[in-house]
Amino acid sequence: MADIKSPVPGTFYTQATPDAPVYKAQGDTVTVGDVIGLVEVMKTFIEIKSDMAGTFAGYAVENEAAVSAGQTLAQLDG
Amino acid sequence: MAERSAIKRLFIANRGEIAVRIIRAAQGLGIHTIQAYSEADAEMLAVRMADEAICVGPAQAAKSYLNIEALVQAARDRDADAVHPGYGFLAENAGFVRAIEAAGMRFVGPSADTIDRMGDKVSAREAAQAAGVPVVPGSKGRIETLEMALAAADEIGYPVMIKASAGGGGKGIRVAKNADDLAQMAPQAQAEAKAAFGDGGLYLERAIQSPRHIEVQILGDGTDAVHCFERECSMQRRRQKVWEEAGAVCLDEGIRDKLCASAVALAKAANYVGAGTLEYLYDSAANEFFFIEMNTRIQVEHPVTEMITGLDLVQEMIRVSGGEKLRFTQDQIVRDGHAIEVRINAEDPILQFMPFPGQVGSMRLPEGDGIRFDHFLYEGYQIPPFYDSLLGKLVVHADTRAEAIVKLAKALDELSIDGLKTTAPLHRALAADISVLTDSFHTQWLEPWLEAGNLTATP
Repeated sequence: MADIKSPVPGTFYTQATPDAPVYKAQGDTVTVGDVIGLVEVMKTFIEIKSDMAGTFAGYAVENEAAVSAGQTLAQLDG
Repeated sequence: MAERSAIKRLFIANRGEIAVRIIRAAQGLGIHTIQAYSEADAEMLAVRMADEAICVGPAQAAKSYLNIEALVQAARDRDADAVHPGYGFLAENAGFVRAIEAAGMRFVGPSADTIDRMGDKVSAREAAQAAGVPVVPGSKGRIETLEMALAAADEIGYPVMIKASAGGGGKGIRVAKNADDLAQMAPQAQAEAKAAFGDGGLYLERAIQSPRHIEVQILGDGTDAVHCFERECSMQRRRQKVWEEAGAVCLDEGIRDKLCASAVALAKAANYVGAGTLEYLYDSAANEFFFIEMNTRIQVEHPVTEMITGLDLVQEMIRVSGGEKLRFTQDQIVRDGHAIEVRINAEDPILQFMPFPGQVGSMRLPEGDGIRFDHFLYEGYQIPPFYDSLLGKLVVHADTRAEAIVKLAKALDELSIDGLKTTAPLHRALAADISVLTDSFHTQWLEPWLEAGNLTATP
């Protein structure tokens, strides 16, 4: 199990827009560089990319949750 | 006493530096202040300064500072008789105004109907034209043929922008410098519009090359209106102003008078109440200005106007919203010297302006005659990541523009805020740039200047 962490504090989003599908669902294949979510920090959206390959195990926080820098956002089964 | 404002208990539905600014203005008028805050803002400076404060919801703005129901309920619970919206959030939301008035309170700003009319670009353009205010010349109705396009362009004046009637944004926009260009481009634009939107109708508009953004501050009491001169706000990155001046030294007296008079005409026609700003594009080559839109609220850059006129715009907007008449006539508003404001944002200008919501360490703030720093910082304060990055505004005032830049550079050298990255290095570089010193820039100037590496090249 590997963690994908937020580099910045802010608000976490599991989808690009409220109408878009979630970036990843449990069991999805994740390759290096895949976007797994967005963190909004001071009105700027930062794409959270995986730096590992594996299988998506799930989000560790809910859509629109407040997150701190270094907090785990999602987990991968490697 | 009829002279006194009817407002006694003011609810502040905003945060950050503007909340601090509003509290200062209101307390100066002897008004009791009630500060709204989100769960993430319990420690902000405005909460500490206000006479009382009330939590209106979670950190996310949609659930707090944009939550009309929660804000109106909180204001009622604390017996507020008026609500100041600041800027951003709900400041130009007519539904918010109607909810406040339905609850028996006053809104510090214009009526909901005025916000509706001036907030919509098409109806604002119509209102401007009706008041005799110049707008960017454009074709009337759909252009269907090349002959129509050529005739319309002759009337508008070259260069013209060719847009699809049905399109939005910048897609497929072409600029024709002359009739030959237009003859070649119009059929292409028509074919492209038909393919993209199923509608080959075109719209032509004067292309204003390298425009200046110039705006006029107005104050109105519902019958009378005055202007407080103009501001020059062309220094922009991603359509956000970063450096603002009052006045615009590129204007001669004749054009300045016409510009300011046009703003007053529109404010009067709209029966405007409160502080407002009319934004214009100024074509320096043609010495012409064109109204683009109106902001029906106090603006971030209002302090430069206060510095050159000596007025307190926030106090004046509270007074007129409380039912007072304007306290001065146009000839009593006199401008003196030149003022510059720079926005100090929690961003790292060296790293593509990446937001930097850190904890404020020790601070050294510039002070002295003609120096003002509007901010919401204190040592130990943790900047929340949920809102915009504006930390404060450094404002200087001097007799001339050149002296103001010298004073600004000195004030920026004195400013230090530990624990954060800020945009101060950008402003230090700008204050030393020859184009800035000679006032030769426009709205499209800053981004290429940054891309050319001018910031990283300056230590």
